[in-house]
Amino acid sequence: MTDRNFAYVRTEEAPRMPPPSDTHGPVHWLKENILSTMNDFSSPAKTVKSVVMMLLTVLSVLSAYAVISGMLTFLVVNGTFSIPEGVSGADACRENGGACWPFIAAKMRLMIYGAYPGEELWRVDVVYVLLAIGIAWVVWEKAPARGLVGALMLTAYPIVAFILLTGGALEGSWGAKGVWAVIGLALFGVGIAADKGVGGEALNAFSGAFKAIGGLLVGIVLVGAIFSIEFGLEPVRTSLWGGLLVTFVVALTGIVASLPLGIVLALGRRSQLPVVRMLSVIFIEFWRGVPLITVLFMSSVMLPFFLPPDTEFDKLLRALIGVALFSSAYMAEVVRGGLQAIGKGQYEGGMSLGLSYWQQMRLIILPQALVLVIPGIVNSFIALFKDTTLVLIIGLFDLLGAVQNQALKDPEWINPTAGTTGYIVVAFMFWVFCFGMSRYSQAMERKLYRGHKR
Amino acid sequence: MKKLAFIGALAGAGLIAGMASAATLDDVKAKGFVQCGVSQGLPGFSNQNDAGEWSGIDVAVCRAVAAAIFGDAQATRFTPLSAKERFTALSSGEIDILSRNTTWTMTRDTQLGLNFAGTNYYDGQGMMVPKALGVTSALELSGAAICTNTGTTTELNITDFFRANNMDFSLIAIENSDEVVRAYDSGRCDVFTTDRSGLAAERLKLTAPDDHMVLPEIISKEPLGPVVRQGDDQWFNIVRWSFFAMINAEELGVSSENVDEMKSSDNPNIQRLVGVDGNFGTEMGLTNDWAYNIIKHVGNYGEVYEATVGPNTPLKLERGVNALWSKGGLQYAPPIR
Amino acid sequence: MADATADGAQQARSSLASMVYDPKARGLFFQIVVFGLLLIGLYLIVNNTIENLELLNKKSGFGFLSQTTGFAIFDSLGTWAVDYTPGESTYWDVFLVGAINTIWVAAFSIVLATVWGFVLGVMRLSKNVILRWFSTVYIEVLRNIPLLLQIFFWIAVLTGIAPGKRDDPMSLFDIFYFDSSGIRGPYPIGESGAGVFYASILIAFVIAWAIGKWAHKRQDATGQQFPSFWVGLGVIILLPAVVFFVMGQPIELEWPDRGRFGFRPGLGSFIEVSFVALWLSLSLYSATFIAEIVRAGILSVSHGQTEGAQALGLSAGVTLNKVIIPQAMRVIIPPLTSQYLNIIKNSSLAAAIGFPDVVATFSGTALNQVGQEIEMIFMMMMVYLFFSITTAIFMNWYNARKRLVER
Repeated sequence: MTDRNFAYVRTEEAPRMPPPSDTHGPVHWLKENILSTMNDFSSPAKTVKSVVMMLLTVLSVLSAYAVISGMLTFLVVNGTFSIPEGVSGADACRENGGACWPFIAAKMRLMIYGAYPGEELWRVDVVYVLLAIGIAWVVWEKAPARGLVGALMLTAYPIVAFILLTGGALEGSWGAKGVWAVIGLALFGVGIAADKGVGGEALNAFSGAFKAIGGLLVGIVLVGAIFSIEFGLEPVRTSLWGGLLVTFVVALTGIVASLPLGIVLALGRRSQLPVVRMLSVIFIEFWRGVPLITVLFMSSVMLPFFLPPDTEFDKLLRALIGVALFSSAYMAEVVRGGLQAIGKGQYEGGMSLGLSYWQQMRLIILPQALVLVIPGIVNSFIALFKDTTLVLIIGLFDLLGAVQNQALKDPEWINPTAGTTGYIVVAFMFWVFCFGMSRYSQAMERKLYRGHKR
Repeated sequence: MKKLAFIGALAGAGLIAGMASAATLDDVKAKGFVQCGVSQGLPGFSNQNDAGEWSGIDVAVCRAVAAAIFGDAQATRFTPLSAKERFTALSSGEIDILSRNTTWTMTRDTQLGLNFAGTNYYDGQGMMVPKALGVTSALELSGAAICTNTGTTTELNITDFFRANNMDFSLIAIENSDEVVRAYDSGRCDVFTTDRSGLAAERLKLTAPDDHMVLPEIISKEPLGPVVRQGDDQWFNIVRWSFFAMINAEELGVSSENVDEMKSSDNPNIQRLVGVDGNFGTEMGLTNDWAYNIIKHVGNYGEVYEATVGPNTPLKLERGVNALWSKGGLQYAPPIR
Repeated sequence: MADATADGAQQARSSLASMVYDPKARGLFFQIVVFGLLLIGLYLIVNNTIENLELLNKKSGFGFLSQTTGFAIFDSLGTWAVDYTPGESTYWDVFLVGAINTIWVAAFSIVLATVWGFVLGVMRLSKNVILRWFSTVYIEVLRNIPLLLQIFFWIAVLTGIAPGKRDDPMSLFDIFYFDSSGIRGPYPIGESGAGVFYASILIAFVIAWAIGKWAHKRQDATGQQFPSFWVGLGVIILLPAVVFFVMGQPIELEWPDRGRFGFRPGLGSFIEVSFVALWLSLSLYSATFIAEIVRAGILSVSHGQTEGAQALGLSAGVTLNKVIIPQAMRVIIPPLTSQYLNIIKNSSLAAAIGFPDVVATFSGTALNQVGQEIEMIFMMMMVYLFFSITTAIFMNWYNARKRLVER
């Protein structure tokens, strides 16, 4: 024991004090997060900056307030939620002057299915549900057999959806199908024979092309044959489709059909062959240089002139062709971005293994590039999804068209606010879908970049 | 032909229309319903209600034909058509009747291979202005801004009218009819012009419909009626006389309510109409109670008018020129004799 | 002897085989096939089109362009530029009116979208929570709603807040008037000497540009700064003003005049409300995408650059203007270019609210009168292709220039 004398030895901890009032609490938060950007007046430039910040902040708050209060007034305060006895729906909404909710409730079916016949709605429901399950499956990372389900969604699902929606049982001569099937099989056979060395090396060199063209033909005939089978479903003309159904059909077909076309175009643009490269560049830049409206005009008005006389094409199909060509150009640019991100070593490695061009692409480059461009594909899908609103200009009724040109034509419901309410609901539905997809694409982007950052 | 079949297989287009056969009546009887082309939505003429059922004055013509053939006004299916595709749909045989507020013009009647079976509504381009303007005639509109739809003859008609009368104006042509009304209602323009029946429907979208009036001038003639293909006279006659039967019924005072009593009427005109006397139906390829079925299941012209566009409907259109000839209008049907 | 023939055959086969496997030969063959297929396709299309046109008894060719029109188009930049009068002007004039109006609204939108997009992008990175939230919510809401609906929204808002056409208009210094039909102001009518005045404006801009250039060079060489912005502004204002009075005030102003229906058509200058709505909606929508591009660009500049600038004692404003933005621009410009192209293309939605752009007038109203779909839609597509390609070339040039300066 030492007995040195210390003036003072603290034997117990001092009581803990709260932190100074200017480092926590709402005042501090306000200072740190808002005021700190606008309280510097030490020089003219900084004063200007502070004043601008103040103005911007005040304007932000004011405009947010204006929008929110305006919306609430229209949607809730002045909104019509139920129709009193003895008054027509239109009159009740006119009286209140706000959103006309009973109108939306009455026309919900139109907005989701269009004029699709009532007894057959289950078919659309099945298509919707399969789509939802398929997408959820592919997006959910722990789900088993994601690749298989993804492949099915791109191949089998469109066929099933087509048969369910149209009723299948297309007319078309079985004889012609037979002829094409025989030609396809013959080509495929030649390809296999050439592989085995029949016909010498000259033929052998083109065995891949024979097999590809033959296989493609057989595939097309097969799909055509499936479409011609009578499933006992009532046929439903596409002019009866509408609302969300058309929106989905146009956007999904556009993106699915543009995927193979876009890949081919992207490869073409990076090809060593000048003619192929030129043609790809011209094709891509042409479609990227014109607005979708003109493309839709073209496909609805000009396309019939390009086909043999007496060919009568369905209007929806014409629009789909236009949309697919249009989006394939954008898809090509997205895929090209992915191809550029693949290191040169990958190509060289492929070549050193003696792989042919198509083998390199199929086995090495595309599997890597396509995964990289998933966010890009989702982003172009979002853009296309929003652009489907334009199909109403050529007389197809998507979600917006169903409101404008069908729901608003029922004299029992016409009133000043029905249209506005419809627009707001449509805007909200689009927003939900697009926002969800953009969130997914951002998450995907973060994940992919983590993997590839060195 | 092979090329065609291939395209069909390729694109999944069983949507290639077959050519029309001559005997439409046989086809219709075989399939059991009348396929009718209507507009995609025009209030009072052809529109769908909440349950997706079609109604309107154009729809009634189709129902009348179905009633005449099958005795069942519901034996109809409707194909909504845009203005551009309507004639193709008819000539390709996709539809049996086109009843889609189609204006009867010489070009259409003589050059497109079509026949107009009658006029079920006499329309014309009119103008609407706010009452507060104090304008009573279109000739006072010099200096006004005018809102209209793109894509039809309305733009040409209104330009012709103002230029012919040497008046200044500014024309705002908008693609979408809904936006045209909004433009007018918000005071972006002073005058709203379109077909008068359209004015009546669009007026309902105004915040205060009663503050607006339709000017007396009608600057174009738009007789609207059902259309069939040329070259099938039997079918043409059936459509034409199904419509005439409705007008004759109104003229003779036969309605859906009293048609059963009228079967025992002494009036020979009525007897012939309801099929008690003569073989008018079988001569056309139908049964003799064809007109009875029309009146019973669809009603006479007056009833249809009242139910679809008349003063008691939201459209509130007076009969005007669409009244019977005996009441100062233009609706006149040759007698059944 | 037998051996020799076998040998020859072997050689022939191997030379054929080597040709077959030669990538160049294969490439050539493949290209010939592709080109041949393309020619066949084109031949079929042209053939079918001619056949179809004959069947329908339709006219073809561009003769319709010299026919006079029978419909009116309201006053806009295009109608002034070609002096459009129904009954006298031709379909070619209609085409020009539409094309000029398209580029007018697109150019205005590009400017506003760029400015507002940069502001939003910087706001999203701001320390100010309110601005950050506002910008985030704004971007996430607006970019996920179809543009067509936003156009409907803005025309409704504008016509809703403005006084009706026949009521007393809002006015700005009694020079500009705003009502639900649009914005009106004086229209300059040039008398003799007006040309000199217009030329002086142009010259003033050239001088201001030259001063800026000179000042930049001097600063690079000597470090001395020169208030080139203020001097330039002075030149732009003063030179035309002096010339204006020297030439004896050669510009007469035509003022809008009111009649029974509010402002009378054809007097004064006029910007229809649909232009304003289209301009706002295009700009505010595209700004969301530009903001994201700007944000990504700014984030791509490493933080060390900011710290370096601070260490040099540069103010925050100078750091942003002279250090961050120039480097960010390299990342920003390529995607910005495609946004500009999108704005040009999206301006085609004008028809929905009645702005007479090339789609609304030429392929809308005019097409309905003439009915020559192939020629007219082709011409319309060429307009967009021309504008798109011109913009792309300009932006690529700008990009290349920026890059050279940087490295």
